[in-house]
Amino acid sequence: MTDKILEVKDLEVSFLTYAGEVKAIRGVTFDVKKGEAVAIVGESGSGKSVTSQSIMQLIPSPPGVYKNGEIIFDGQDLLNLNNSEMEKVRGSSIGMIFQDPMTSLNPTMTVGKQIAEGLIKHQGLNKSEAMERAVEMLRLVGIPNPEARVKQYPHEFSGGMRQRAMIAIALSCNPKLLIADEPTTALDVTIQAQIIDLMKDLQNKFGTSIIIITHDLGVVADLAQRVVVMYAGKIIEQGSLDDIFYNPQHPYTWGLLRSVPRLDSKGQRLESIEGTPPDLLDPPKGCPFYPRCDYAMEVCVNHFPEETKITDDHKVHCWLQHPDAPKVDVPIKIGGANNEAK
Amino acid sequence: MKQNNNEIILEVKNLKKHFNVGNGVVKAVDGVNFSIKRGETLGLVGESGCGKSTTGRTIIRLYEPTEGEVIFKGRDVTKLKGRELKKFNREMQMIFQDPYASLNPRMTVADIIGEGIDIHNLLSGKERLERIYSLLDTVGLNREHANRFPHEFSGGQRQRIGIARALALDPDFIIADEPISALDVSIQAQVVNLLQDLQKEKGLTYLFIAHDLSMVKHISDRIGVMYLGHLVELTESIELYENPLHPYTEALLSAIPIPDPEIERTRQRIILEGDVPSPMNPPSGCPFRTRCPKAMDICAEKRPEFKEAQPGHFVACHLY
Ligand SMILES: Nc1ncnc2c1ncn2[C@@H]1O[C@H](COP(=O)(O)OP(=O)(O)OP(=O)(O)O)[C@@H](O)[C@H]1O
Ligand SMILES: Nc1ncnc2c1ncn2[C@@H]1O[C@H](COP(=O)(O)OP(=O)(O)OP(=O)(O)O)[C@@H](O)[C@H]1O
Ligand SMILES: [Mg+2]
Ligand SMILES: [Mg+2]
Repeated sequence: MTDKILEVKDLEVSFLTYAGEVKAIRGVTFDVKKGEAVAIVGESGSGKSVTSQSIMQLIPSPPGVYKNGEIIFDGQDLLNLNNSEMEKVRGSSIGMIFQDPMTSLNPTMTVGKQIAEGLIKHQGLNKSEAMERAVEMLRLVGIPNPEARVKQYPHEFSGGMRQRAMIAIALSCNPKLLIADEPTTALDVTIQAQIIDLMKDLQNKFGTSIIIITHDLGVVADLAQRVVVMYAGKIIEQGSLDDIFYNPQHPYTWGLLRSVPRLDSKGQRLESIEGTPPDLLDPPKGCPFYPRCDYAMEVCVNHFPEETKITDDHKVHCWLQHPDAPKVDVPIKIGGANNEAK
Repeated sequence: MKQNNNEIILEVKNLKKHFNVGNGVVKAVDGVNFSIKRGETLGLVGESGCGKSTTGRTIIRLYEPTEGEVIFKGRDVTKLKGRELKKFNREMQMIFQDPYASLNPRMTVADIIGEGIDIHNLLSGKERLERIYSLLDTVGLNREHANRFPHEFSGGQRQRIGIARALALDPDFIIADEPISALDVSIQAQVVNLLQDLQKEKGLTYLFIAHDLSMVKHISDRIGVMYLGHLVELTESIELYENPLHPYTEALLSAIPIPDPEIERTRQRIILEGDVPSPMNPPSGCPFRTRCPKAMDICAEKRPEFKEAQPGHFVACHLY
């Protein structure tokens, strides 16, 4: 009935700590279409990982609590499932890759067994079928000599190979959705290029939908079709890749795009966003970005702006969109590859 | 922006640093040659484990070199003793990668910044405090921050504290080992701008170690590319990007994703096969040959010499 694989609606997640309630996710709404790669970007602490852990229901509780919202995956609300139902979803429909493969691989079990485990449990394969498929999976993710590698332990793999082993586990059950939380941050660029290439391949070959969380705008430009920009527990802008890179509307998105060096920025100063993000124990009532925003107005202090639709797909929360707001010049170069010589 | 003199402030000659580990020897740095002019920024890039930090740490004498010379302002650093060594310890400073781990959590910001001043007995009382205040000003922090502790600061602010500490003794040479890697994108720009402003103001010379190549290009005059303990290419940063000679440099540059969708849609990547070999058991001949798309027979037999293939453009590769 829908072309959407995932719909997150009005999600609110808090952590109840000794210091008080950390309002980590404060009303997040976005969706992922079938076969699409969506990137979530934003400052450290803005809630990217908590959002993805919420989808997988991996939020530690206590201290975590889901205060509101729905997470509709393939027609059912994941927040209504019990533990064993959710485990089934995790084992067969949604795969997740974490930033640090060493903390999520089991150091006492061979890599082959770790891949086979889920296949036996959720797909009903027998042991030897599952091991055969484990070899296939390692080959698929580009690990040389997979017949020997399945018998090895994670510590015998290099960092890039571990990350690929994680991907093999996540993919072994043919998930419809792959969530990758900073999958390449700990890796070198040449290894990162291998992993991104692999993710693109999966998307093309199997139509896998992808949520990628990253702080690297280059990775976003390379892999994603849509971008969600988060700030202090809220989505402040979302749109297609081109919307966000070539027609961004939110001052934080401008700042983010301006603070990365471009090919032609040598010798110039980088633009930085001064200040730091707000404390989520006591987030500002209005727009969370206003203390760092060059365009802040009085209204921003106490009122969070409603969503403005630039197009059906491109949405922003900013008072500058209000008809009475002053017109401002977008302080970044709009347009594409025009400043690349070659 | 740079001064017009050609004084060589640092010269590194055939530098080697080998570590004895349980079951063998790690050749972390294995014969590296380069020099840096006063007021210049030399970027050092390469994959994890290729020996960038070890090179920096050996230059500043945190490690004793296994072989080779480090000539700083005409004197061999590895032979300095007594007063000369003390002087060197003031002239060269280091900024570390991790702003969380590199600051003592039990010391106040004032004591962290003033540590060098205290060790060298340079100032005391009111003068010392004035100096600390002025350093806080320089790096964009407030006087009120002086009596606080590191955990009260954000990553970018902590890195500023680290920079203030490095500046306290008026060094002329700073080794910045991945000073921005642990920071958020929007904060990275703050720190890079600060480093560039300080360089202009004080004529500082930088050895800037990083793996983010776009930032290295932005800040460096020249760039050296390391692979498995060796310097494989060294030239002006614009030249390196426009005319990379070494196949590893080519692959490295093509692997950087560029934050521009139109460029990414049409770009051809060189995807390297396999992983970096272990420095305990490096390949014979050229260290890159096991992953090199252009490897020839000779590459397994003979290590290519590091030579000036074009004016000012050094490369170690049998293709040239
Ligand atoms: N277990 C927890 N207990 C208390 N607070 C938490 C917990 N996990 C996350 N938080 C808080 O929730 C907020 C969002 O964190 P999250 O990990 O989602 O950030 P992020 O956007 O992924 O950042 P990064 O880019 O640094 O990974 C932060 O303020 C964080 O401190
Ligand atoms: N104190 C030490 N003892 C033994 N081996 C070491 C020591 N320090 C570094 N090494 C080894 O030397 C090699 C070079 O390490 P180094 O830290 O210089 O790399 P790097 O280029 O700075 O990498 P990264 O980008 O990950 O920081 C690595 O194989 C490392 O494991
Ligand atoms: Mg995170
Ligand atoms: Mg290092």
